[in-house]
Amino acid sequence: MDTKKMAIIATKGTLDWAYPPFILASTAAALGYETQIFFTFYGLQLLRKDLSVLKVSPLGNPGMPMKMPFGPKWFKSINWNMPNAIQAIIPGYENVATALMKQTIANNGVASIPELRELCQEAEVKFIACQMTVELFGFAHSDFIDGLEYGGAATFFEFAGETDVCLFI
Amino acid sequence: MNFDKELDARGLNCPLPILRAKKALGEVTSGQVLKILSTDPGSVKDFAAFAKQTGNELLSTAEAGGEFTFFMKKK
Repeated sequence: MDTKKMAIIATKGTLDWAYPPFILASTAAALGYETQIFFTFYGLQLLRKDLSVLKVSPLGNPGMPMKMPFGPKWFKSINWNMPNAIQAIIPGYENVATALMKQTIANNGVASIPELRELCQEAEVKFIACQMTVELFGFAHSDFIDGLEYGGAATFFEFAGETDVCLFI
Repeated sequence: MNFDKELDARGLNCPLPILRAKKALGEVTSGQVLKILSTDPGSVKDFAAFAKQTGNELLSTAEAGGEFTFFMKKK
């Protein structure tokens, strides 16, 4: 039987959207898929050496529940969503939301992004960074982890054209 | 049931139980049995799907008090 293959394009650079590509890629690798992720535009943030740049913003994100990761059950079930106009003027609101989400993630036994990224690397998931957006955003290769390949759309298709699963995230 | 290795994945959530199981299966030989403990309700379907796709045999699945026990035989 031929090895199954999966390709993912990761385009989002926030803490919440960092999860789908790394979860799917690490799981696919565990299932025996040969897996590649092509990181482009904001997705490049997922390759940074310092992953503390990843934040989550409740601003303009009506689907995001704002719940506290501590306290009794009734307290944790309260939804603290507030109007965009108010969120926008509170300094550090995004940092607080990010800290709360990281706490919730840890409380639920969900892996951190650095951990999932490492698991992908251990499982030999291939990471490709889009060279065009690296330049567009003024990044240097030294901003990113080692072991990356740099390429463009044609590089992506070389592998993606032969995959069983191909996702845009 | 007899087993050769035990994996405690309690308290871990998707996809960690699967990833840890994959790693643990790499540390036993063909025909040996891995016992897995989990508290993630999603792992019931996930381990069945994992077994089906990887060819490792899921010998049994049991639940007691919110805890799941799986026995998986390595291909």
